[in-house]
Amino acid sequence: MKIVVVDTDRERAKSIEAALRTTGASDIVMLTPDSNLTEQIAELDADVVLIDLNSPTRDALEQMFAVTRSIRRPVAMFVDASGAESISAAIDAGVGAYVVDGMRPERVRAVLDLAVSRFNATAQMQSELSAARTALEERKMVDRAKGLLMKSRNLSEEEAYALLRKSAMDRGKRIPEIAETIVTAAELLQ
Amino acid sequence: MTELRIGFVPLVDCAPLVVAKELHFAEAEGLTLTLKPEQSWSNVRDKLAIGSIDAAHLLSPLALATTLGLSGLKVDIAAPLVLSRAGQLVCLAERHRASLAAVGAGPRAVGEAIRSLATDRGAPFRLAVPFFFSMHHYLLRYWLSACGMDLNASVKIDVIPPSFMRDAFLAGQIDGCVVGEPWGSLCVEAGQAEIILGGDALWPASPEKVLGLRRSYIDENPEATAALIRAVWAAARWADDPANFGLLSEILARPEYVGQSAELIERALSGSFTVNASGTQYLAPDLLSFFNGAAAFPWRSQARWIHAQMVRWGHARPTDAETAAQVFSPDILRHALEKSNADLPGANEKVEGALDVPTGVASTRGSLVLRPDAFFDGAVFDPNLHKFQT
Repeated sequence: MKIVVVDTDRERAKSIEAALRTTGASDIVMLTPDSNLTEQIAELDADVVLIDLNSPTRDALEQMFAVTRSIRRPVAMFVDASGAESISAAIDAGVGAYVVDGMRPERVRAVLDLAVSRFNATAQMQSELSAARTALEERKMVDRAKGLLMKSRNLSEEEAYALLRKSAMDRGKRIPEIAETIVTAAELLQ
Repeated sequence: MTELRIGFVPLVDCAPLVVAKELHFAEAEGLTLTLKPEQSWSNVRDKLAIGSIDAAHLLSPLALATTLGLSGLKVDIAAPLVLSRAGQLVCLAERHRASLAAVGAGPRAVGEAIRSLATDRGAPFRLAVPFFFSMHHYLLRYWLSACGMDLNASVKIDVIPPSFMRDAFLAGQIDGCVVGEPWGSLCVEAGQAEIILGGDALWPASPEKVLGLRRSYIDENPEATAALIRAVWAAARWADDPANFGLLSEILARPEYVGQSAELIERALSGSFTVNASGTQYLAPDLLSFFNGAAAFPWRSQARWIHAQMVRWGHARPTDAETAAQVFSPDILRHALEKSNADLPGANEKVEGALDVPTGVASTRGSLVLRPDAFFDGAVFDPNLHKFQT
């Protein structure tokens, strides 16, 4: 089975390739979406094409596959190869699979499930990374604001933090938002 | 409050949906809208088909194609509202400027010029459209074949995502494109293309985008559907008022919507275009409409016209005519607006292309004036016959 993976996220694409190889698949081609994509895919004559659903090139690919239908190996997205839950899971994960007609459903299901789990794992990892970054930045911002308050109003650290907290509560805002306001104002007022 | 998820593609003509949310028309109908941007029409189609979204900003031919099982999963789609009329732009590569007619020359002149160019070059004129099942595609075919071009020999039509069209021009891969805003103006800003024609010059009444819903959703959620229709109807009226264009372009400029400059977006709304790298200005005030002249009304005859095009080019079967026509659902619109003071046409179908001037028609409140709907070649489409007459 020849599998083509179209994904701009190189790390994710590599993890999909690695996962596919563990299932015994060896004919795997990795592509990034660019203006030549449809030509490259047409030449490769894949059995399955996995694609990141956030790629705008999806519409051009769909068209190319629709044309291919009249030539030799018809390729259709999701049709017949997966049940409704499988399709839903794939769409939610953000990955699509174009599949050659006549491929055994269970083979496609395995490949698609794998891609779905890799996409979900990457999304999960990215969320966690993003949350961690935000938390770190917010902590730094709060520390700077505390320092500014301590210096300009001669407060202890606890008093400075209490002031931040009260100010946030009074305004219905979060402490990091108030902190950012203070830091920005201090920079501008220097 | 009922929650609805609505998919859209970041284009100027998603305006009625954005306005329904941002100007609180949806809230007034008891709805909370979540607008979800998508990078491709295939995504919008698939998510609507499987139920990840409840309604969508949809290319009108795609609503038919999905229902007929020609594009993605086969699911019955209903379009109770047209979101936008026309708004398409025909752009030609900057390098063709010298040899082709200037903007304002009209469809015949430009069509003839393209035909000569293709003949002289001995190679097809390459044109890009954003999606196969689109008005861009079917208007292009209609126009060039009416100008006497053999579409199999002289023209090559490819689907290229609008965001890639600038690069395609730069690389010399295409000679022209038909695309919606903001992409036409962005190609002009990049110095790659010139706007040569508005879609309104080909057929001012073309239903470009519709509000699409699964028929099963409508059956299971009639109240929410009616509320959504009323909200979008009110939003479309607001969006078509020139007094609101400034604010509307500021809202659409936000990154979660179209994400381009308000100035650029406003061109499509007011119809004042910069058409080429030299800064030539062109006025097309009727290029794009959301509401005026019953623009939002889903004339079933127009669904028949679209289907007739699909049959003409071998994309659909003639026997599917009735199924295709039923996708446009004026009855659902009428039901939703029953208790409002909306002025709706008396009929659900009309002869298309018969109006050269604004024309008063029989309507529920008696003061409806339809805008001209003439095809550029003077053809008339009688829905009862599914044939072209001149």
